[in-house]
Amino acid sequence: MFSSELREKAETLVGRYPIARSALLPLLHLVQSQDGYLSDDGITECAELLDLTKAEVMAVATFYTMYKREPMGRHLVSVCTNFSCKVRGAQDVYDRLAERLGVGHNQTTEDGTFTFEHAECLGNCEGAPVVSVDYFNYECMTPAGAEQLLDQVASGDMPLPTRGLRSPGIRMVSHRLAGLGPHPDDIDRGHELGFATGTDGGAPPPVTSEVGPQAEMEVVTSELARESDGQRAEAEQQVRTAGLEPEEVEEQAGPDARESPTRGGGSGAPGTTADAGDDHGKAHDG
Amino acid sequence: MADRSDYGGKRQEPVSVLTSRWDVPDAHTLAGYERTGGYQVLRSVLDADPAHLRQQVKDSGLRGRGGAGFPTGVKWGFMPLDGPKPVYLVVNADEGEPGTFKDRELMERDPHQLLEGMAISGRALKSKRGFIFLRGEYLWPGIRLEEAIAEAYDAGYLGAGIMGSDLDFDITLHYAAGAYICGEETALLNALEGRRGQPRLRPPFPAIAGAYAAPTAVNNVETIMNVPWIIERGVDWYRSIGTEKSPGPKVFCVSGEVQRPGNYEWPMGTPAKQIVEESCLGMLPERELKFWVPGGSSTPLLTAEHYHDNITMDFESIQAAGSLMGTTAMMMYSHRTSVVDAALNWTRFYEHESCGKCTPCREGTFWLGQILQRILDGDGRPEDIDILTDVTAGIFQRAFCALADGACSPIDSSLKYFRDEYEYLVEHGRLPDHIERHAGPVTQNSGHLRPNHRAPLYDPEPAKV
Repeated sequence: MFSSELREKAETLVGRYPIARSALLPLLHLVQSQDGYLSDDGITECAELLDLTKAEVMAVATFYTMYKREPMGRHLVSVCTNFSCKVRGAQDVYDRLAERLGVGHNQTTEDGTFTFEHAECLGNCEGAPVVSVDYFNYECMTPAGAEQLLDQVASGDMPLPTRGLRSPGIRMVSHRLAGLGPHPDDIDRGHELGFATGTDGGAPPPVTSEVGPQAEMEVVTSELARESDGQRAEAEQQVRTAGLEPEEVEEQAGPDARESPTRGGGSGAPGTTADAGDDHGKAHDG
Repeated sequence: MADRSDYGGKRQEPVSVLTSRWDVPDAHTLAGYERTGGYQVLRSVLDADPAHLRQQVKDSGLRGRGGAGFPTGVKWGFMPLDGPKPVYLVVNADEGEPGTFKDRELMERDPHQLLEGMAISGRALKSKRGFIFLRGEYLWPGIRLEEAIAEAYDAGYLGAGIMGSDLDFDITLHYAAGAYICGEETALLNALEGRRGQPRLRPPFPAIAGAYAAPTAVNNVETIMNVPWIIERGVDWYRSIGTEKSPGPKVFCVSGEVQRPGNYEWPMGTPAKQIVEESCLGMLPERELKFWVPGGSSTPLLTAEHYHDNITMDFESIQAAGSLMGTTAMMMYSHRTSVVDAALNWTRFYEHESCGKCTPCREGTFWLGQILQRILDGDGRPEDIDILTDVTAGIFQRAFCALADGACSPIDSSLKYFRDEYEYLVEHGRLPDHIERHAGPVTQNSGHLRPNHRAPLYDPEPAKV
């Protein structure tokens, strides 16, 4: 269960959003911060806080890669094995570390120091191959260099990452990911940044303006999906006034970008014609 | 020297707009940002007519930088701004497309630029509430943003009554938890609402009913960062950069087997070859370009021929060549690298990241991975190549969102250009002698150095108020 201190923080998180349920992802990070994984207690607690069933919370928890269902070690070591890292030697790095630690993907070393995983593109391809320790990235790794890095981390002599701070450990990092700023035991290290912002050490300020539909969640209904030919024609016209051809924009967005406002019927669900565009049809931004 | 080439008459001069503060060591702090003209544009729009701001963005021709390239001003134009519901601005910072790392560095080095862009966009959209949906793994950019947000609140650039005006704007930073699909805007909104990040049926589009069923603008980080520049420098200036239909500056992420991978800003319409030769100093020694993708692994790959023909990086040219601009993540691979291994690697990525909603994608990516694996393992069967095309035909355009189409891209396009490599593998059970599944470590990486070929700041003077 959450400590009373954590309970208070959880309630802060819930109050930060127009509807309570939006706080679920941050709350799950908070559970990992306390327990090192998504414990059953933690799931129950989240469900109670948000008035959801445990099954609803579990459905969300199991969807995301960063939520672990087994206790993590002190540090989470991720090796990017996507292709731009791989052509620069990431597979060798991964293999060497796996051998050294004696564990495979998503496993934790016996002494509880490291949880090890291969990761999808960490978005740091200019520094390939990348190894991250608790999501702080070490760039341009070699198998030997990565081995040395883990030795240093294990012995408490962690080198500064190429980007970011020396990790205080995955649990404290999870506190940060919950949107609560640095962990209380980690505050002093804020100064490593070179500057500090006030006493909160950079935690997001409380939301002050009262905006958004409070309390009740409004659900997107089929009512909203109705759309006429007239609306579509209007949308196409708007694209033309921007100096572009609706069909071209659709094609350039990717062959299946149903978000573009011009597709008439076609491959999507019945009546799939848009009246609004999208920033990223084809290549997902995320 | 590569520099002397005019790239088939398509040569462009580099620009320094969105990245213009990258060489300022403290640009991520409020002091550094203000010193270089920061928040002056926000100050100048406090009394501006929102409709006028939206019109400027529309007239600028700014197109979304997250992948689809939909005109941002038009997208904003779809939103009912005067209805009973509040209007939300959600910044899509869930950057996960393999090979893409522009938003990460933009946020790390210049977080205030995003905040100012959001506050101005908030004014244009009459929105009082913005969210930054940040990829969970982006911890360091997140820390930089947290600090920037705290500083901006302290200085009165965010919150209630910005700089003494009657304008309110709040920003909430929201860390996600690791799911590529959340870069799809409706999946993102589901995740933001505390649900599984699965795409929603459209319509309704987020512009009409997005976050909490309220009108919502979902825009990429780089898109929003363009906004202050458009408002400050004007539409004519903006359209003077890039091409007619793809105006503006663009940050290109170049990775793979080049000498100096990194983010480099060039005008839209710059030849791919010029970017790689001048910013990245070309390919690594003894590695010749074999295949590359112009916009992340979801965009069909192109060949050395396109590259040496000086294909330009803009929506029209890339589309004409049969690919897509995507996130402009250019991944360059050499003649020593197996294109089949690349296809397998990316297929495993899509298999892992498929949200499971649609059967063709959920099951199809799994099958494709197995087939590619067995071809590479030397157990390929002659009919396997046809099975691959058959399966991708069963996936393409038959799933809810574009992830499935992206999963087909590497396979279909590699078969189009490098069918012989597949056939060799099936026939001989191994790769040709000169090709490796993955090359060894590259230690001479100087990726952190900024390129020399960068223009000076566009305007070293602070912005006009």
